Amino acid sequence: MSDATSPRRGPAAALSRFFDGDLWYNFRTSPLAVIAAIIFFGLSLAAIFAQFVAPHNPFLAPDLMDGMMPPMWESGGSQTFLLGTDDQGRDVLSLILHGMQVSLFVGLAAVLLSVVLGVTLGLIAGFFGGVVDAVIMRIADIQLSFPNILVALLIDGMVSASFGRATQAALALPVLVLAIGLSDWVQYARTVRASTLVERRREYVQAARIMHIPSVIILFRHILPNIMGPVVVIGTLGLAHAIIAEATLSFLGVGLPPTQPSLGTLIRTGNDYLFSGEWWMTVFPAVTLVLLSLSVNVFGDWLRDALNPRIGK
Amino acid sequence: MLRYTLRRVLQAIFVMLSVGFISFSMFTFVGDPILHMIGTEGTAADREALRNALGLNDPLIVQYVSFLGKMLTGDFGISYRLSMPVSDLIVERLPATLELAACAIALSIIIGIPLGIFTAIRRKSWVSQGILMGSLVGVSLPTFVIGMFLILIFSVNLGWLPAFGRGETAMVGNWSTGFLTTSGLRSLILPSIMLAFFQTTLIIRLVRAEMLEVLEQEYIRFARARGLSDRVIWFGEALKNTLVPVMTIVGLQMGSVIAFSIITETVFQWPGLGLLFIQAVENADIPVLATYLVLVSAFFVGLNLLVDLLYYLVDPRLRGGQGAPK
Repeated sequence: MSDATSPRRGPAAALSRFFDGDLWYNFRTSPLAVIAAIIFFGLSLAAIFAQFVAPHNPFLAPDLMDGMMPPMWESGGSQTFLLGTDDQGRDVLSLILHGMQVSLFVGLAAVLLSVVLGVTLGLIAGFFGGVVDAVIMRIADIQLSFPNILVALLIDGMVSASFGRATQAALALPVLVLAIGLSDWVQYARTVRASTLVERRREYVQAARIMHIPSVIILFRHILPNIMGPVVVIGTLGLAHAIIAEATLSFLGVGLPPTQPSLGTLIRTGNDYLFSGEWWMTVFPAVTLVLLSLSVNVFGDWLRDALNPRIGK
Repeated sequence: MLRYTLRRVLQAIFVMLSVGFISFSMFTFVGDPILHMIGTEGTAADREALRNALGLNDPLIVQYVSFLGKMLTGDFGISYRLSMPVSDLIVERLPATLELAACAIALSIIIGIPLGIFTAIRRKSWVSQGILMGSLVGVSLPTFVIGMFLILIFSVNLGWLPAFGRGETAMVGNWSTGFLTTSGLRSLILPSIMLAFFQTTLIIRLVRAEMLEVLEQEYIRFARARGLSDRVIWFGEALKNTLVPVMTIVGLQMGSVIAFSIITETVFQWPGLGLLFIQAVENADIPVLATYLVLVSAFFVGLNLLVDLLYYLVDPRLRGGQGAPK
């Protein structure tokens, strides 16, 4: 629609429009958001390229003689292992990088699942109304009265009960994504439903209906792009929740098995050595987790204010 | 009023029936209870006899009704892992969780409300800015990380407080309490702080927001015009109206204190319901899982119902539209 009126086209033009726009200006002038974004993207890049960046490969048979080494600046530390080693002689820094990769993957996959589920159900409820709407929103209300972490734990418990713990170790990753994703769809559904109720009375929707365009196409091609703003904001904050949820479940021992290092499993294994003084095995992964979730939260907070026209500065 | 109450109560019953059905399905479709009870050795005839005796060959709806009946009379089955009646386990573990939750809630109210008021009436002071910044960090910190750092600082490095368990407990009737012994009280401190952390940050932000909104109201401006002192305006006039919404939210949050106590109890090896539940998840102990699901849901649904009905009583604006007000 807007193609004809806009003189500039193509990805390059879209990019330059973005850099000229309000959002980019707002971003450049909020130091907290810039710092948060730099930390988040720095950590993500290090995690994505963990295989190349990490100084050691934690999955190779480690040398037990290297076990329990403190960080390099403590007495007994060595230059080879910057942040020390764990009980099996694996390099803590490399473990954190690989663990962060798993944590980010689980977080992103879980958010994707809740977005797809929540947005679809919200669109359907808002557009069709009636019984469908009532059923979907009733389920949402019920789920909303329970904390997410409890829902995720229950789903995880039921799935592992039906498959048995042994086979569940292999399935741990998808089960975890499923449990976290299913526990967090309600917010998206409620927001999307509310915006859909407004959008469906707009003229472009009525025009599309008169042209007998199928409902599915109206929903996903016409309405969806107009209501994505709040979804992006909730999704960003949801990523922080999902990363923390993964770490919490793995820490509680119902998430990933210890053979699959994520930030949560690293903190869990390290926690056993807290009393004997080997603090670095658990403190460094914990600090990484806090940095990751704090940077996503701060960035998400900024995005929410920036995209909300009611909060003018 | 009557129609509204009736509708909310029916809705609550419907939710509990669906939760009951989920936990019933766990028993029926997840794993084979017969295998759990007589193992793989029994003959086919033995199993069939036991199936008949347990009523597992009855139609599903009959089984569901008898399941509900058992739940209502407090018969929750026998734990696969501990071979003990689940109801006994619950009775044994409940005091630990309730004492911990009560301490955490009290702590978060005692700290949260004054700090919230302070940040609202001294908005520009750097102390308020610091408190608010701290509460933002508090929201982003995973609770188990807070617990770990508490243990690292106060138990491992300083050696002041115990890091796990309840210490010595005294029995008052059937209730094992940690309130009456010094070691019990000392053991309560760190877990309560951890459990209270998130609630406190929430209460600070809530009280601040409510207080700021109330201070903008007409009647406060009028009170100022009458020449009342700041102190009287803040604590005599504004505080009362601030606390009504705060109390309802705190009431609703009691449910999440119970949920988060799962994490706290795991970190501190606190012998309460949460730890029982986590061990049940790890071992696929279905009777315990199902019972916890039903009990916690009943707690949540009851709490929600209570808050909704109280709101209806407190806020006359809600009585418009639906039902005939009396």
